[in-house]
Amino acid sequence: MHRLAPEAKVAGVVAFVVVVALTPATALWAFAAHALVLAAVIALARLRPGFVAARASVVVPFVAFAAFVPFVASGEQVEVLGMSVSAEGLVAARTILLKAVLGTTTSVVLAATTEVPAIMAGLARLRVPAPITTIATFMVRYLEVLAGELSRMRTAMVARGHNPRWLWQARPIAASAGALFIRSYERGERVHAAMLARGFDGTMPVIHPRRATAAEWGAAAVPPLLAALATLVVVMLA
Amino acid sequence: MAYTYPDGHAALDGVDLTVHAGEAVALLGPNGSGKTTLALHLNGIHELQAGRAAISGLPVGGRHLTEIRRRVGMVFQDTDDQLFMPTVGEDVAFGPANLGLRGTDLELRVKEALTMVGAAPLADRAPHHLSGGERRRVALATVLAMEPDLLVLDEPTSGLDPAGRRELADVLSGLGMTQLLITHDLPFALELCERSVIINQGRIVADGATVDLLSDTELLHRNRLELPLGFDPRAGYAARPPR
Repeated sequence: MHRLAPEAKVAGVVAFVVVVALTPATALWAFAAHALVLAAVIALARLRPGFVAARASVVVPFVAFAAFVPFVASGEQVEVLGMSVSAEGLVAARTILLKAVLGTTTSVVLAATTEVPAIMAGLARLRVPAPITTIATFMVRYLEVLAGELSRMRTAMVARGHNPRWLWQARPIAASAGALFIRSYERGERVHAAMLARGFDGTMPVIHPRRATAAEWGAAAVPPLLAALATLVVVMLA
Repeated sequence: MAYTYPDGHAALDGVDLTVHAGEAVALLGPNGSGKTTLALHLNGIHELQAGRAAISGLPVGGRHLTEIRRRVGMVFQDTDDQLFMPTVGEDVAFGPANLGLRGTDLELRVKEALTMVGAAPLADRAPHHLSGGERRRVALATVLAMEPDLLVLDEPTSGLDPAGRRELADVLSGLGMTQLLITHDLPFALELCERSVIINQGRIVADGATVDLLSDTELLHRNRLELPLGFDPRAGYAARPPR
């Protein structure tokens, strides 16, 4: 899993997520099959389940609103734990939860087995336009530099007695965001000069020409194909 | 050369300088004296407004810019500006790849350049995970990989701890190539450069043996330069490590 060419992995992940997204809400067994495929991939990649679960938990705030759906949706009402809720809403909430958790866990598996630069290289080889991958690569590279600058500015503010607790004290934060923007812009100019100094002509050079082999494409296609097959079977039987 | 910024400030006001092949020259001067502006003219980042500049006989500008930028290896002051690729190896490969190198030729060039600065084991690391000294040496490798004729270093010792500064001095003195060293670190200039040039308000005000210029307290004072307390340039010159 870790050694698989990134473009194959990215394509496999996207395909798998599309299959999950297209699975009908009523095909419960298909979702079980998807989860099984995903669990097999996690085991194959030798990722610790706790590690994956901790990272996948970022989805919790986003799916929290799904819990409200059964209470606000209209239609036939059913009794659950003594509360009257919408039957349709219950199905919708279940579907949102399943699809979101499966989708997030899939991307966690990609992130845990592939370094960011490799994902970018993979996207570039999947013909994602160069300006997008280049901008994303630079964003990843300079995010820490920016965060460092922001934290130093914050420290400097705190060191001079700024201790914001209320919204109306946020003015210096807003001002520092402006300063940070100017600094980033100027850094952009300096980085561009440094690139020109090393012969940059407007297109990023291709440094790693390695491409995915047919076997790698095949391996990456297995999880989405299994998931699609499971969905088809469940839908046909129903 | 002369250069005036859009706001009317004259950064270079008739600079005339020749650096001979194989020579290491220190470019000294106070903040805002025009040192970095001069450096940015050497590879055509700043376009010449008046005068001319040439590298190994080739005029800077126009059609030759790519070749000029190969000949002039510029190490910028802030390594975060210089190291913009996700890994050290890719960053060192950036320059030679722009020159058209691919495959094993490119890999070999990257390995050689990193070995020259003693940073071969860092190839797969991310630049922001390196120490200041490692970053500086990797930044040097990114231009060495282009096999330049002239190395231009802008404040290479800024932000380095004493050991990092020592390692950099050892690497630079071992290169044996033409160097223009912009610095406020006068003992560093004394150790690495036989010749120094002092620039102030866009003009060259002194050009001579580093040990002589640094011994002229009045000259240093006029140009906002100062040796570390108690530093004797003649004794420092005599104590330089053998090359």
